[in-house]
Amino acid sequence: MSTAAHDPVHADAPQFYCTEEPHPENGTLLGFWIYLMSDCFIFASLFACYAVLGTRYAAGPSPREVFDLPMLAVNTALLLLSSVTFGFAMLEMAKNRRGPTLAWLAVAGALAAGFVALEIREFAHLIAAGAGPDRSAFLSSFFTLVGTHGLHVTVGIVWLATLMAQIARNGLDETNRRRLNCLSLFWHFLDLIWVGVFSFVYLVGVLR
Amino acid sequence: MSAPGDEIDAHVGDPRVAHGHHGDGQPSHASLKGYLTGFALAAILTVIPFWLVMGHVIGDATVASAVILGLAAVQIVVHVVFFLHMDTTSEHGWNMLALIFTAVLVTIVLGASIWVMYTENANMMPVAAQSLHHAMGR
Repeated sequence: MSTAAHDPVHADAPQFYCTEEPHPENGTLLGFWIYLMSDCFIFASLFACYAVLGTRYAAGPSPREVFDLPMLAVNTALLLLSSVTFGFAMLEMAKNRRGPTLAWLAVAGALAAGFVALEIREFAHLIAAGAGPDRSAFLSSFFTLVGTHGLHVTVGIVWLATLMAQIARNGLDETNRRRLNCLSLFWHFLDLIWVGVFSFVYLVGVLR
Repeated sequence: MSAPGDEIDAHVGDPRVAHGHHGDGQPSHASLKGYLTGFALAAILTVIPFWLVMGHVIGDATVASAVILGLAAVQIVVHVVFFLHMDTTSEHGWNMLALIFTAVLVTIVLGASIWVMYTENANMMPVAAQSLHHAMGR
């Protein structure tokens, strides 16, 4: 017990400071992950709204009458391909190749833009046909859930374009790699949410 | 007297510098094979539910809905594993812990909302009660 204090070697070097300082290795990525989990709650509550209100048509159109499944299939394919091409960009980033990284990011962004364009077209078509969000509780919850997802994808595209400009200017430095890793999580997360949307909202809705 | 100071520098400097260089910017354990496997699985798990609905494969809507939601759950796991690269070792398991916590709460929010609101509908909706009354009277 007292031997350590009288130890001639360590006597002049008492360790009063904390050597094991809590310092998460990937602090930003973990923080961003926790943001995504909180985003999960937003979508969970919107899914719950749709689950509860999705059958209240108010004598308006039912899912079977308003959902266009072939268009939905194209939309789903666009988003899935966008997710994979973003993955290819991350692989090129790991090899430290700026050109191919930017090229794959551009492809991923273009596919996501196609997704958003198709969704806007669908929304415009629905509103023009009198099936807007003000028509029934079903359509209100549908527009809120799908619109929130589409808004996320739109913000993701803006973020992607900004990051591409940063990479073109500063290269694949440490900061841009960290940002790309965060955007990668965001991008794949949105595709994951879309799985729930096309399954639960569209396909199960059409079956009802 | 300079010995303690040197020791502090050595202790604090080492881990920070080491982690700073391959910390947040470190490429996750992703591979081309992983992305292609994930893509193939996701594509299959997407095509099946579309085929089920568009081809009118299963007659019973309840069974078909259950199958579609089951396939969606499997596909979400595929996305988490192959695209988000989630495993128990990344970030010392902290993001896995956050994910499990979220999954539990999401299950409670979704499950309880649906359960409560459907039970309420069944018990309180006047139209439903009326039609039930007629059905029993006949």
